[in-house]
Amino acid sequence: MPQVTYIEHDGTEHRIALEAGKSVMQGAVDNAIPGIDADCGGECACATCHVYVDEAWLAQCGTPGEQEASMLSFAATAAPNSRLSCQITMSPALDGLIVRMPEAQH
Amino acid sequence: MNAPVDLDHARIAATTPLDRLDPSNPALFRDDVWQPYFARLRREAPVHYCAESMFGPFWSISTYKDIMQCELAHKVLSSDSLHGGISIRDRDKALRLPMFIAMDPPQHDEQRKVVQPIVAPGNLAKLEHVIRERAIRILEGLPRNETFNWVDRVSIELTVSMLATLFDFPQEDRRKLSHWSDCATALPMPGGLIENEEQREAVFAEMLGAFMKLWNERVNADPRPDLISMLAHGEATRNMTPREFMGNLVLLIVGGNDTTRNSISGGVLFLNENPAEYNKLRANPALIETMVPEIIRYQTPLAHMRRTAVADFEIGGKTIRAGEKVVMWYISGNRDETAIEQPDRFIIDRARPRGHLSFGFGIHRCVGNRLAELQLKILWEEILRRFPRIEVVGRPERTYSAFVHGITNLPVRIPG
Ligand code: HEM
Repeated sequence: MPQVTYIEHDGTEHRIALEAGKSVMQGAVDNAIPGIDADCGGECACATCHVYVDEAWLAQCGTPGEQEASMLSFAATAAPNSRLSCQITMSPALDGLIVRMPEAQH
Repeated sequence: MNAPVDLDHARIAATTPLDRLDPSNPALFRDDVWQPYFARLRREAPVHYCAESMFGPFWSISTYKDIMQCELAHKVLSSDSLHGGISIRDRDKALRLPMFIAMDPPQHDEQRKVVQPIVAPGNLAKLEHVIRERAIRILEGLPRNETFNWVDRVSIELTVSMLATLFDFPQEDRRKLSHWSDCATALPMPGGLIENEEQREAVFAEMLGAFMKLWNERVNADPRPDLISMLAHGEATRNMTPREFMGNLVLLIVGGNDTTRNSISGGVLFLNENPAEYNKLRANPALIETMVPEIIRYQTPLAHMRRTAVADFEIGGKTIRAGEKVVMWYISGNRDETAIEQPDRFIIDRARPRGHLSFGFGIHRCVGNRLAELQLKILWEEILRRFPRIEVVGRPERTYSAFVHGITNLPVRIPG
């Protein structure tokens, strides 16, 4: 199975195997990884599964859709490599993906 | 224990012809008997048209999933005050206040971005200390073995002193903030807080005067981390008209006031109604973390948000026509058994307690959500340090409103 590494704001790393087709948000929630809240449950209707995608993986992750871009634009901690992890779907091409969490979700 | 179901209302809710069911009657909320009406709507007419009500005709959306769908449909379902805004009651067109909660993109987005930094994680961390200090002062001043109104002594005190901090508004005048907030949302009625719209305008004028003074001070000073300074210096807001400025003030005052206030009151009530949960909390104060969002779900401080269709919109097999009013009943979606397990129970250690609708979703999702949670968390930490029990000793009284779902009087006693 493809692997994802989540790095908490304090530097703690979590490496998990995530089935292709599942979202990166789901992987964090299923494995109780702290730092991703996912209040809306994956509807792209909040911004509490916000992550920074490692530069090396940005292109493979694609670009945010219109709704995602709106939600991200309201997150005070957003940066150019910000994504909502519910909108990144795991695939073999993303094996080794690294994402970092912001200081807090809101 | 759950709130007792009023048998008369269970019967009326079950037997009223569907097309005559009106869930917007403010008395249902004041009397705390709204539950069976929405249970029926969710079951039999999740997208429901009410042709006649004191607010005119409107559609009700009552299930979690349909509400989420509406939240995401902001291109068709407008929040713009030109169409009537965000609550079921249309305001007189001339008197409508421009504020970003009642705007659509792109203006909404521009103005929201200016206010957002105040609740950024770094800023919240700075506020934590002030909130705790104010909470301690308020709690230390409470009487023992004596009945008092928790709403007035704690819920209102804490939220207004917090607001005064956010605006850097003179603390000694903080009660004015709650008065203005109450006036902004009151239903005009004879003998009421507001008797007519002219009175409301007069209150707004007074408020604007007070805030213009602060604006003028701050626009000429260096930017500071308070809301007025941020509005005065923000690119998207510094050229606001006085009316727009006032609209945003009302938004921040109302947004951060009744809602948090009523969650503070609700928590005390729910723990008293559910002694087993109160015991769990005392045994393990770390549960405050999951209890806080559960309080906010269970109270649902804003019973609904309203939209207006600007084009035909299909949902749940029905067609809502352009121009029609759509009410998303958060209070009902938060009790939807298909989305939330045992939704009528207050359970302080739910696995995913933030999966509720009380803050809305989509582009208008509450700016102050984490701030509100922070206030409640700190308050409960300090309460548990001091008082093993706060006893509700009389019937709560509730707000006459289909919008603000509130508690106006909660008689309590702290043994000691
Ligand atoms: C438990 C407390 C609170 C509840 C239940 C609550 C609820 C809500 C809801 C339901 C909305 C969504 C409006 C919509 O979808 O149309 C909203 C928006 C908003 N809230 Fe809150 N709120 C709370 C606390 C606060 C606080 C403390 C503040 C102030 C800092 C605040 C400021 C705002 C603002 C500015 C908006 C407008 C956002 C927009 O339109 O983009 N709220 N709130």
